[in-house]
Amino acid sequence: MATVHVENIKKTYEKGTVTALENVSFDVKSGELFGLIGPDGAGKTSLFRVLTTLLLPDEGQAQVAGFDVVKDFWEIRRIVGYMPGKFSLYQDLSIEENLNFFATVFNTTLAKNYHLIEEIYVQIEPFKKRLAGKLSGGMKQKLALCCALIHEPKVLFLDEPTTGVDPVSRKEFWDMLDRLKSRGITIVVSTPYMDEASRCDRIALIQKGKILELDTLDKILGRYTQNLYAVDADNRYQLMKDLRMPAEIESSFAFGEEQHVTLRTQENGERYLTNYLTERGHTSITVRPILPNIEDTFIKLMLENQ
Amino acid sequence: MAQPVIHTHQLTRKFGDFVAVNAISFDVQPGEIFGFLGANGAGKTTAMRILCGLLSPTSGEATVAGFDVYRQNEEIKKHIGYMSQKFSLYENLTVRENIQFFGGIYGLSRQELKEKTNNLIERVGLHDEADKLVGSLPLGWKQKISFSVAILHRPKIVFLDEPTGGVDPITRRQFWDMIYDAAHEGITLFVTTHYMDEAEYCDRVSIMVDGAIAALDTPAGLKKQFNATNMDEVFLQLARGAKRSDG
Repeated sequence: MATVHVENIKKTYEKGTVTALENVSFDVKSGELFGLIGPDGAGKTSLFRVLTTLLLPDEGQAQVAGFDVVKDFWEIRRIVGYMPGKFSLYQDLSIEENLNFFATVFNTTLAKNYHLIEEIYVQIEPFKKRLAGKLSGGMKQKLALCCALIHEPKVLFLDEPTTGVDPVSRKEFWDMLDRLKSRGITIVVSTPYMDEASRCDRIALIQKGKILELDTLDKILGRYTQNLYAVDADNRYQLMKDLRMPAEIESSFAFGEEQHVTLRTQENGERYLTNYLTERGHTSITVRPILPNIEDTFIKLMLENQ
Repeated sequence: MAQPVIHTHQLTRKFGDFVAVNAISFDVQPGEIFGFLGANGAGKTTAMRILCGLLSPTSGEATVAGFDVYRQNEEIKKHIGYMSQKFSLYENLTVRENIQFFGGIYGLSRQELKEKTNNLIERVGLHDEADKLVGSLPLGWKQKISFSVAILHRPKIVFLDEPTGGVDPITRRQFWDMIYDAAHEGITLFVTTHYMDEAEYCDRVSIMVDGAIAALDTPAGLKKQFNATNMDEVFLQLARGAKRSDG
């Protein structure tokens, strides 16, 4: 059975002039680690707020663990853990006081549920008397996760937990999520970092309130059939400019040290690009066909939906 | 070789017993895109604050745009541009008002300001939005305007402190196009980012670990040195060895 069921959810702001979510539908299976991947303004936070009963949708319906987000909001609030994108703990309480507060609100105690958060909490426990407002970004992130877990939630909603965090801490955070998942908690997590898609069981790519694609990462990437070339040459600035000129070239975007290029015609792409760049006076030209990554796919979906 | 835009030698900053920046030495050349990476807590922000003239070092030497960080920090502030995702524009001023405000602060004349404002609005393609409040614009546009404002007074160097977080992949690349254009016009760019693929867009990259510079080379050189296929691997290899972390 689906733990989270979302059906044609629509949400607008400013008297209907700004659409945050447009007919969004998806299911999250029990025990799944589900990723909502999209940039700022895609509608991720609005969706989280609907699912955690903090915001009423204009249209559509949604259930979390079988409870309706509108009618059964009290039940849902008891069984979900929510980590908002903006740090929302009490800055003038200590680490320990924040945890005790959230445990008490949910009729439990830190001692009773210590085992649930132990692995994460031990990393910040040495500083438990420190005020939450005085913590570094990484420590705040760990404390917020502990507070979201202390009442043993069935479903965990994490809104951009890794934004602004360095790659090492991001990796550690995803390792923590893997271990929570192995305990059977259903996790819905959002992120603007496309590379984190590989850490999720399934992902929804979301942009401007619409889901562009929804599946496992491999299946989504497999649907990208267009020929894609990685192109490089000595003068990269000129290369970037030249690749945007001919009508035959559909798109060209910088990816690390290379340009990823798609063509309108599919035949002899390598030869066409090599000849064109040689004519333009480029040296050390390399053109190789490649498989798309998640960003290539997201860009393609964005261009198709424009 | 031309005089470097940034020169540091054994630059050190201590807070009590804590050595936030530990004897870093490097040069950045005119027109270079220099990536300044490191884990949270590695000392990047402290180093950047020194180079922007906001904090005095404890020891060592550094010049920025030819000015000394100890004695000429006010001159430094006039000759650099700065952009950060956290603070960039006034949300409750319009695009035009923001441009005029920051241009005024940097001492542009009324005539210059008028020209540059129109020029900027033209280049970023913001005709219809020029008189809207910045707060109502999408994040990607704010970033583009913010960068344009940071180079309005033609600084020798502009510091970009995590400029591109959270935007879609196309907008992020359009932003980098603007960075390339600026570098092509001779502006030096000093960039911190958590996107490792963006590190590969830089001419050279330094990676700070525990207050020191653990590696500095071109992205290709670093990948070769650490036998890695991408910058993410290089970063993980170096930063995993860190003793200091922020949490």
